[in-house]
Amino acid sequence: MSGHGKAMKLTLHVWRQKNAATKGAFVTYDAPDISPDMSFLEMLDVVNERLILQGEDPISFDHDCREGICGTCGVVVNGQAHGPRGATTACQLHMRSFKDGDVLTIEPWRATAFPVIKDLAVNRKSLDRIIAAGGFISVPTGSAVDGNAVLVPKVKADLAMDAAACIGCGACVAACPNGSAMLFTAAKVSHLGLLPQGQPERSRRVLAMVATMDAEGFGTCTNHGECEAVCPKQIDLGFIARLNRDYLVASLTTRGQEKSSGGSG
Amino acid sequence: MELRSNIPAGPIDKKWDKHRFDIKLVNPANKRKYSVIVVGSGLAGASASATMAELGYNVKCFCYQDSPRRAHSIAAQGGINAAKNYQNDGDSIHRLFYDTIKGGDFRSREENVYRLAQVSVDIIDQCAAQGVPFAREYGGLLANRSFGGAQVSRTFYARGQTGQQLLLGAYQALERQIGLGTVAMHERHEMLELVVIDGRARGIVVRDMVTGKIESHVADAVILATGGYGNVFYLATYAKGCNATAIWRAYKKGAAFANPCFTQIHPTCIPVTGDHQSKLTLMSESLRNDGRIWVPLAKGDRRAPDQIPEAERDYYLERKYPSYGNLAPRDIASRSAKMVCDEGRGVGETGLGVYLDFADAIKRLGEDAIRERYGNLFEMYERITDENPYKVPMRIYPASHYTMGGLWVDYNLMSTIPGLHVAGEANFSDHGANRLGASALMQGLADGYFILPYTIGNFLAQNKIDKIDTSHPAVKEAEQAVADRIKTFLAIKGKRTVDSFHRQLGQIMWEYCGMARNDAGLRKALQLIPALREEFWSNVVVLGENESFNQSLEKAGRVADFLELGELMCLDALERKESCGGHFREESQTSEGEALRDDANYAYVAAWEYAGEKKTPILNKEPLTFENVALAQRSYK
Amino acid sequence: MSTALTFVRSSIGRKILMAVSGVVLFGFVVGHLIGNLLVYRGPAALNAYAAGLRNLGPLLWLARLGLLAAVAVHIWAAVSLTRTSRKARPEGYRSPQYREATYASLTMRWGGLLIFLFIVYHLMHFTFGNMHPAFSEDVYRNVITGFQVVPVSLFYILAMVALGFHLYHGLWSMLQTVGLNHPRYNRARKTFAVLFSLFIVIGNISIPLAVLTGLVR
Ligand SMILES: Cc1cc2nc3c(=O)[nH]c(=O)nc-3n(C[C@H](O)[C@H](O)[C@H](O)COP(=O)(O)OP(=O)(O)OC[C@H]3O[C@@H](n4cnc5c(N)ncnc54)[C@H](O)[C@@H]3O)c2cc1C
Ligand code: HEM
Ligand code: HEM
Ligand code: SF4
Ligand code: F3S
Ligand code: FES
Repeated sequence: MSGHGKAMKLTLHVWRQKNAATKGAFVTYDAPDISPDMSFLEMLDVVNERLILQGEDPISFDHDCREGICGTCGVVVNGQAHGPRGATTACQLHMRSFKDGDVLTIEPWRATAFPVIKDLAVNRKSLDRIIAAGGFISVPTGSAVDGNAVLVPKVKADLAMDAAACIGCGACVAACPNGSAMLFTAAKVSHLGLLPQGQPERSRRVLAMVATMDAEGFGTCTNHGECEAVCPKQIDLGFIARLNRDYLVASLTTRGQEKSSGGSG
Repeated sequence: MELRSNIPAGPIDKKWDKHRFDIKLVNPANKRKYSVIVVGSGLAGASASATMAELGYNVKCFCYQDSPRRAHSIAAQGGINAAKNYQNDGDSIHRLFYDTIKGGDFRSREENVYRLAQVSVDIIDQCAAQGVPFAREYGGLLANRSFGGAQVSRTFYARGQTGQQLLLGAYQALERQIGLGTVAMHERHEMLELVVIDGRARGIVVRDMVTGKIESHVADAVILATGGYGNVFYLATYAKGCNATAIWRAYKKGAAFANPCFTQIHPTCIPVTGDHQSKLTLMSESLRNDGRIWVPLAKGDRRAPDQIPEAERDYYLERKYPSYGNLAPRDIASRSAKMVCDEGRGVGETGLGVYLDFADAIKRLGEDAIRERYGNLFEMYERITDENPYKVPMRIYPASHYTMGGLWVDYNLMSTIPGLHVAGEANFSDHGANRLGASALMQGLADGYFILPYTIGNFLAQNKIDKIDTSHPAVKEAEQAVADRIKTFLAIKGKRTVDSFHRQLGQIMWEYCGMARNDAGLRKALQLIPALREEFWSNVVVLGENESFNQSLEKAGRVADFLELGELMCLDALERKESCGGHFREESQTSEGEALRDDANYAYVAAWEYAGEKKTPILNKEPLTFENVALAQRSYK
Repeated sequence: MSTALTFVRSSIGRKILMAVSGVVLFGFVVGHLIGNLLVYRGPAALNAYAAGLRNLGPLLWLARLGLLAAVAVHIWAAVSLTRTSRKARPEGYRSPQYREATYASLTMRWGGLLIFLFIVYHLMHFTFGNMHPAFSEDVYRNVITGFQVVPVSLFYILAMVALGFHLYHGLWSMLQTVGLNHPRYNRARKTFAVLFSLFIVIGNISIPLAVLTGLVR
């Protein structure tokens, strides 16, 4: 049994940036007395409490649920989005993944589509706009048929759920050497495209979402696979292939007037 | 203050139908002339915003996160109830109604709960159509499970991420409207004040959390769907940002606060590891289906669990509640855990924990079967604690998880301030003194998809509402109050951090207003909290400035409000001298140590009215009558 | 905007064009290698093959045009996608640590450039002859005398290694890009990419090596 490991002493190089308009730089902090039971964010809390008492501006970082589901947190630790553990979010990364004396470089998600707000916090509204373009099924409240009227084979439902598990954290974009949001977009396109309920809008959805993804300034996918490797929900790269296929089919089969921009109707 | 519940006449199963018929409708062409503010984008807020925009209203939606998809509804794991009776096991609207009333220990309003059970079936249809990937049977039908000790299988689920999937469904509907331009979404905007003009709720003051700009928004009606206030305990299963500020500001502007002391402490959370702990993580209740809960028989037994022979273990839930055993309701399971720990029999380094042991289940079913059922949860547990639950029993301890109390609302979900509606966990409406598993998601979506869109229309059609804009003096006054408060925080420049105050408040609340409460303790808390509040206002340190992203400043505002709310909770708990549901008054128990209700004196909703700075709030009572279920003492023996 | 134009401007559309042109180029490289391997069957075989090709007349030009078009599309797509991605990530991490990205995937652009330079040189070497020490009508002789210059052979070998990396990632990537993916065959995709790039690299490299070691003269 562990749970009472020895305190560690770490050195942090943290990216500090006042706001999107000013240039940032690394600042070095000591983090003595770090318990291996702390989560990564709790470690930052401890550093911040000390900074505040010394009258220094605490490090800003986004977080909310701290249980790996809301997708708010996310920092790059030693060049890896959400840190070294894999299949985890920064809030669920524990300090026992590091050892005494380690030097950690902590940076924000870096992508043009994710401008820095302050320090480690970035603006990810671009992801919401991709959803607003078509990541939905148009079914106004009250118009639904009985839940069991449309059968969904279990395998399909399970695969759709695999895709739907995406928490929208943006680590895929952060890790992709091209700053591409393909894994995020693929997850939503696949989730809805796999279900019978999602069929009527399938073509329009994929065309509109990809158009918005491009317009938001994300990069293109050259199949590096980094996104899948850092994705806390282990969203499969296969969904990107599915997105490509859907996009190709939709482009070949959709006529101009059918694909009027997302959102409408 | 008069509490008018506005419950329609007629038999309980016809009330909602009749009400919907009697309701005044807004002419479709006029709908876009009306504007509605929705604060919150969780299940309740997102569903209400999307639905009202679909109907044609102009909607503005606010949340403090960077995206509406991140509201704390996202974290719900277990499932959502609905009286579909797809399993043909005897479920019905009436049974769900009955279970919810009984589960709430007869402290909720029959009519609201009945309506909740009625619309529950529509929720599943709506969500399935939106593409929520509910669990399915091989034939393609929706799957169900039994949850939280219910005797029927009525819980719908999407793996262990039901809340996430339901929220994404509502979020997608909301994003669709945002794309269409019918909803203006304001992320990273925190509501800091309610604007009341001529007795009506007409707007809100928000702070843009990125730039610090103080802005006002006015509308014809305001909806608060801002979630629960369980973070008053500091350590809780809530997201770090969850707060009471929105409802607390409304309370101070005249909205009655109902049953503030009704909070739910969930029995299966991962125990605290040290002072650095910032939140607690829930382990799904479903674990209790196969895990056995125990502690050593002897006090202070520090042996490793596998060194403690069977005869020296106390499977206390099985012992005390032979028929429900490890599946006893949440409040009972939590309290029992506290009792054994108080006796000095708790496990783990802090002594604040009990074992949840899967050894027998693994022996019986094999490790693979257990992995199949709980693999995710075991992995999450191991990630956090670094212990392998297949080998070593899990350690669990109760934590603050849900608040049944909230702003008082009538049948139309309107508070005591006309025009101010409250939905989801932020209101008090449906769960009485204890909430059953899988029914909060149901309530949030019922409020947002199926109730508010009707009742708001009724309110707008019935009332003549003057057009105002943000230059109105009452708006300016509210803005000024917000700006002044922020200035004060920044000017104190004391010696203690906001978190340290929050932590201390949490300790007081947990100790005296947690799983068991008594007169002396509550009185003590009522001394400690004002003192702490005073220290806060003179010794807190908030660095930086308003005009930037300033997370300490955000926290300061929230903690300042918790420091007031905590006092009201203790006051309410002190006033209610009975035990009911999650509210256990040590003075009111049976000879066997079970909660003892006092229906003769306490069958009411306690609706607290703000009386002004430094004045004791006024207690208003809405009597509860039970015509469709028989009042009975809960028994889980 | 017309559908075709939208497609071509979109990121995925450009990727698919890249893949399709890549397939054409890949097809050429395979065919070319099989032709080149005739060098092992002696001067007559190779020269007859070369002559056969030239006798195709207009068809040859058509094929050349197709090839040229593929190269043009491929390069255009490569440049345009690269620019999009550079803009999307102007600032990198202090010390990125990759988990899945490979040397091959990270060097596609440089590898491609090297291959391009190689092709230019290669055309001047064997097709136009202006960079060849003893260019003649005898294709077989040209190959032998060409590769007897050690630095030239080394450059060919280097270029072939680059081509191998480019194809290793490119082949797999191409399948992913056009959406040919199925959990049952995904492992097969990588095996396919490895085997084919090895075949191309070893086959091509064997020729300068054979010349240098005197196996073929
Ligand atoms: C770990 C966990 C597991 C749970 N599991 C289940 C379950 O299995 N089944 C079940 O039925 N229930 C479950 N619950 C309870 C249920 O999830 C919640 O009660 C419910 O989701 C609350 O929804 P809501 O819409 O009312 O509030 P929330 O989802 O909390 O949303 C609140 C919204 O208000 C916004 N907000 C708050 N304050 C402000 C402010 N001042 N200014 C601006 N915006 C503000 C937030 O940004 C957010 O958008 C669980 C709860 C937890 C914590
Ligand atoms: C002329 C110089 C060349 C450049 C600059 C270049 C560049 C690139 C780039 C940047 C990619 C995209 C990488 C990716 O998507 O993973 C690519 C893909 C590819 N290239 Fe090239 N390349 C060149 C020549 C060639 C040649 C000569 C061939 C064939 C022999 C070839 C075959 C391929 C293939 C098959 C792909 C995969 C297509 C895909 O991923 O969709 N390339 N190339
Ligand atoms: C070691 C390996 C190679 C050898 C020995 C070789 C040899 C030759 C020879 C002898 C010719 C001239 C043929 C003629 O004029 O009839 C030729 C032409 C050509 N080769 Fe290669 N080649 C090799 C590799 C490559 C590779 C890897 C590529 C492309 C990536 C390539 C692309 C070309 C092209 C485009 C032509 C011109 C074809 C035409 O006339 O249209 N070669 N090669
Ligand atoms: S695909 Fe994975 S990494 Fe990308 S946003 Fe979704 S959860 Fe995060
Ligand atoms: S890392 Fe980037 S290149 Fe594609 S496979 Fe993932 S988006
Ligand atoms: S804080 Fe919610 S995922 Fe990390």
